[in-house]
Amino acid sequence: MSNLDNLLASREMVLVAGSGGVGKTTIAAAMGIAAAQRQRGKILVLTVDPARRLAAALGLEEVGNTPVRIMPAVFKQAGLKVRGQLWVAMLDTKAGWDELIRCHAPNKQVRDAVLANPLYQNITSRFVHSHDYLAMEQLHDLHATGEFDLVIVDTPPSRNALSILDAPGRMVDFFGSRLLRWLTVPYRSRLFTVASKPFYQVADRVLGSRFLQDIAEFFILFQAMESGFVKRARSVEALLADARTAFVVVTTLETAPAHEARFLAQELLKRNMTLGAIVANRVLPNELAGAAAAGSAEALRSRSGRELAEALAAQLDEAPVAVIDTVLSQLAERFDDVALVAALETERREELASLSPLMLDVPWLSGEIHDIAGLGGLVDRLRVDSTEI
Amino acid sequence: MTALLDLRMLWVTGKGGVGKTSIAAALAKVAALSGRRTLVCEMDAKGALANALGEDDLGFEPTEVSPNLFAMTMSTEDALREYLRLFVKIPLIGRISPLAKTFDFVADAAPGVKEILGIGKLCFEVRERHYDLVVIDAEASGHVVSQIGAPRVIADLVQVGLVRDQTQWMLDILDDPTQTGVAVVTTPEELPVTESAELVQRLTSETGAHVSAVIANRVLPMLFDRREQAIAEQIGSTLPTLTAAIGAGAPMVLEAARLTDARRRTGAEHLRWLQSELHRDAQHADLPIVTVPELFCRAPGGRVVSLIADGLAEELDIGLA
Repeated sequence: MSNLDNLLASREMVLVAGSGGVGKTTIAAAMGIAAAQRQRGKILVLTVDPARRLAAALGLEEVGNTPVRIMPAVFKQAGLKVRGQLWVAMLDTKAGWDELIRCHAPNKQVRDAVLANPLYQNITSRFVHSHDYLAMEQLHDLHATGEFDLVIVDTPPSRNALSILDAPGRMVDFFGSRLLRWLTVPYRSRLFTVASKPFYQVADRVLGSRFLQDIAEFFILFQAMESGFVKRARSVEALLADARTAFVVVTTLETAPAHEARFLAQELLKRNMTLGAIVANRVLPNELAGAAAAGSAEALRSRSGRELAEALAAQLDEAPVAVIDTVLSQLAERFDDVALVAALETERREELASLSPLMLDVPWLSGEIHDIAGLGGLVDRLRVDSTEI
Repeated sequence: MTALLDLRMLWVTGKGGVGKTSIAAALAKVAALSGRRTLVCEMDAKGALANALGEDDLGFEPTEVSPNLFAMTMSTEDALREYLRLFVKIPLIGRISPLAKTFDFVADAAPGVKEILGIGKLCFEVRERHYDLVVIDAEASGHVVSQIGAPRVIADLVQVGLVRDQTQWMLDILDDPTQTGVAVVTTPEELPVTESAELVQRLTSETGAHVSAVIANRVLPMLFDRREQAIAEQIGSTLPTLTAAIGAGAPMVLEAARLTDARRRTGAEHLRWLQSELHRDAQHADLPIVTVPELFCRAPGGRVVSLIADGLAEELDIGLA
């Protein structure tokens, strides 16, 4: 078994994290296929906002919060053998919020009042990192049902990758905050609370007391759901730190994503959470940064005369020597650009590899993956363990 | 349509990681070099703008980083402080720090409050004509709609109070296409172009702001013309000769060109898709897509921004002093 298979076999949850646009969704889908190939049982890939063609490839167009199975015939058609069942679900964050309210509201009155509140939509759509929290909640629910043997979560893209880890804690903080208490004490007694007086004066003049009242009403409703929210946020937090949960950090080796991946890996270690692997996606071939390639490019650049172009012309159906010569010059010029990028990427890769027990490289592929067979090819790449190379 | 740099307020946004800050800094640089007194402001205070301009640090108080070019980072707390000093005249300056912290929390939960303080500050600079152009390194595509749309949200939700009274003059500036525009930055990749197309639609339907341009960043140049391309495609067949002449690295030299060209083609397809997607809507039929070439550099910073600025000046046809 490859290291990837070991990782997937030993966990109940794998969270795929990283900055936006690095290919998290694709990697998560490939890992789902890898698991289904080697394990019996039910595997779920929970994905958010998949790239349009990938969604079609996975038959995700009409999938909502409810898991849907990718049928064996689909794999067979793509030439892949699977032993387990692969299920996929897409995370719909707006529906998710409504569900949360339905789930946590102590009674029908509170539920309907919250859903009908004019501020509700505005606040839920803007709530700090609520998407991250929702992903974690769904994961918790699915895990709690015990229906799936392995759940792989493609986490929402977040600028600060840590927000997924902090989301449950922030939810707890929010319900415990002085602000919420202050906003939800009766209006009259609020006026006499010395500590809040300057704030009240300013807030009242700047925002208008009517608006504050609207907000307060909303939060009073929301507070009725506190115990449900806090209890759940705590168990989501515990689940993230559980030994059966592992994180896979996906990144490209470009400056910004690599920087974020390093930061995320370090924070995971600091928090005693399990970093299962770092996947470096769209990696340029190593040899591009090597001495042999650089030597050849230099030889090409410093060639004198058109001797080489003439020699090649004989093999190229007597193509014009001048054009061949231009092509050769361009090849030498362009090589430096690509080699510089490759050298930078090698440095960043080394740095990341030192942080993770497992480093997986996916080479840069021309064109994007847009079917199951393509994902199968990606799985093969992921099974090549690069740590030992 | 008002030319990009003839606007009074230019919002620069796009998916995270596409080089939004570098483009905002470069646009501001071009504006300043063409003789416009320019302010560039980073809205999310992560320090990328300072780096892009080659400065150690930027604060709420604008710094003149080069002739005509002023730079600042937004701070809700400082904006609130200035706002209270200018408009509310509440003598609370000494005690405002913990206050602003609490305020920050309300602002997180209450729609539009935090945004309007920042936007208010920038609209104020425009209204008072302190600068010819204010360039805003805005929030990424996920949040920019609620950022630019904040004054409207406030106007709808808040019935009374000072903030409510202040929204109208801001909307007059923000909704005026001769004064305010949005530049959406993208890269020629699948996710960024998809997000950009959605963003342009959302900005138009959910805010009064006018999208003035799409800027495609990191576009790879064409390596070969048609005749050269034909030869480049066959040159692999001469590998033994080539290897004999330039050494064992020859296959990698060819591979580098092949990779670059494959990436360029994929990128060009994505940009074509974006263009057709945008042009389907009559409103955006003449929306220009401005391209900025990929600059192969070690790290983003002052030098890269200068190079981008040169490229943009040429694309936008602006003579630099």
